[in-house]
Amino acid sequence: MFYRETGQFKSKYREELAAFPLAEDKVGIAILLVIAYVFIPIFGIPGLSYEFTMGAIMIPVFIFTITTLGLNILLGFAGQISLGTGAFMGVGAYSCYKIMTIFPDLNIIICVILSGLVTAVVGMIFGLPSLKIKGFYLIVATLAAQFFLEWAFIRVAWLYNYNDSGGIEGTNKEMFGLIVSGPQSDALTRYFIVLTLLVLLTWLASNVIRGRIGRSWMMIRDMDIAAELIGVRPLTAKLSAFAFSSFYVGISGALMVFFWLGAAEVESFDVSHSFTYLFMVIIGGLGSITGSYMGAALVWVVPVLIKEIGKTVFGFDAFVMENFSIIFLGVAIVVILIVEPHGLARLWQITKQKLRLWPFPY
Amino acid sequence: MEILYAIFIAPFVEMGAYPDLFIQALWDGFVAGTLYGLIALGFVLIFKASGVFNFSQPILVVLAALSLVSFYQMGVPAWISVILVLIMFYALAWLVERLILRQLVNQDGNILFMSTIGLTFIIIGAAQWIFGGVPSAMIVDELGFPNGSLEWPMFGGGVYFEMIDVSAAVIAVIMIVILAVFFSKTKIGRGLRAVADDHQAALSVGISLNQIWVIVWFVAGIVALVTGIFWGARSDVSFALQIIGFKALPVLIIGGFTSIQGAIIGGLIIGLGEKIFEIYWGPLLGSGVEGWFAYVIALVFLLYRPQGLFGDKLIERV
Repeated sequence: MFYRETGQFKSKYREELAAFPLAEDKVGIAILLVIAYVFIPIFGIPGLSYEFTMGAIMIPVFIFTITTLGLNILLGFAGQISLGTGAFMGVGAYSCYKIMTIFPDLNIIICVILSGLVTAVVGMIFGLPSLKIKGFYLIVATLAAQFFLEWAFIRVAWLYNYNDSGGIEGTNKEMFGLIVSGPQSDALTRYFIVLTLLVLLTWLASNVIRGRIGRSWMMIRDMDIAAELIGVRPLTAKLSAFAFSSFYVGISGALMVFFWLGAAEVESFDVSHSFTYLFMVIIGGLGSITGSYMGAALVWVVPVLIKEIGKTVFGFDAFVMENFSIIFLGVAIVVILIVEPHGLARLWQITKQKLRLWPFPY
Repeated sequence: MEILYAIFIAPFVEMGAYPDLFIQALWDGFVAGTLYGLIALGFVLIFKASGVFNFSQPILVVLAALSLVSFYQMGVPAWISVILVLIMFYALAWLVERLILRQLVNQDGNILFMSTIGLTFIIIGAAQWIFGGVPSAMIVDELGFPNGSLEWPMFGGGVYFEMIDVSAAVIAVIMIVILAVFFSKTKIGRGLRAVADDHQAALSVGISLNQIWVIVWFVAGIVALVTGIFWGARSDVSFALQIIGFKALPVLIIGGFTSIQGAIIGGLIIGLGEKIFEIYWGPLLGSGVEGWFAYVIALVFLLYRPQGLFGDKLIERV
């Protein structure tokens, strides 16, 4: 009743192949966009302070959704497992920092996108072993990337301009007369920029995945030898997946430092973060764009809320709540894997199917 | 030219000029390698018997060391604490089998692997909550291991052998022999190999999968305890051990996922390789290369032998 295709006739193949073939989907996306662009900036989330909503929930969730999209492209669509996501975010952040130092007058959005491209190149280099090895063995190759890059962020002082703190820090950047990044920028401005980038990147990802490149990734994922036999080149397919995924991850790393944290050190990019991003993908659902949103939101928001509620309502100390949220993540992943190995995205699909048949399921 | 000299000649000149330092480095690498090998052994045991790539082995090592020290600090005598830890690991093995593995029978290997990552997080959170996150010293003397060090003068210098490292090496060897005998001669060992070969065939001849899994997780727990004791003696007992535990992954790559002797030999290759590289080539890059060099060794191996030194040959059919 809420969700049905009856009466929606397609007269062209293009309409059939559209990203949102159903009118309900179009309406749903429009509503979500209105909520994100209008309602949340005006009203915030009920019951939570404005600062908390923006700084601790909305902006990080959007940034991590970009990360999750990137990792999902690699893991969910191309089937190449990676534990180096944290370090690749670092590549994005550090290269954005370097680009901003070398070209101080460049628009920050261009810096962010350029840093995504730098990360894509680095990701391609570290993706080279994937041509020869796969599965669990690839984990080791990506861990090599993770630990090597972490080491580089500490030892190569050029990356952080030889400053004493060893970290990178954002400065105030203006765009159209507004301070968009840095210590004096307004959370709302940053919110809109991150949101807009997220929408654009999602649009790009959904189209690339439906296209020729995306289908070649999925063929490699499902069975690489068979894909090779019918003419998919593993070299281009795998490396393009690494490049595309790293592009997203790099952009999210740059956004994380310059639009959310303000400053960062190597600890923000360590291997435990790589695991968190992996969790976002698994819990959200491998190979699903909607899942990337849900996974990032759940894995980020629930621990934050647990900590906040534990602190303000029950008065537990931070140490206990920190551990509790770690346990929660672990339990969540085990339960999701047992109940529905395809993640929240599959649960959403099932719900949609139910809504389609309601109130007369056969 | 200078850089070529620094890479290809200077380190060897240095090795020849100070052989005592070189032997010391070899010994340190050997001990570290034994411990890497022990962690890898835990992975191999579980992978052999259930096909689960158990990502939580490093955290099991941390848990073993941490709980042992904590029990002792609560006033339990040292050896009783060891027994308590063993009981705890048996309970853990049972719980893991009952709550996680049994629910995931017949699932894809990736899913099982990811569930052990979830288990890792549960253990991290619980262990930090219960035992606290403060690093503490391992109770080596209380367990009766010899302390002090042997000094062996040679080449005008001297090489130091820490007694605890010597005992680590000895116990590692004993344990590998016991495990090898256990796997090849006992009834349970035959059962384990049968399960590894084919789950269904093993079930059909009356081997209980569930029991085998509990046993193998328990054995992996014992290995974790031994590793934890000796690693805790070398550095403090803290969650930082977990990062070191990741080094078992390159070890597995080199040794192969299913070979017990491969785990040890892989461990030695990694331990020696990274120590020698750190000491003689590390200064060229700025120190700290130990953090990633192991993975590079593994990558080089992978490019030539994707199944590891002793691993079974991979055969793929379309």
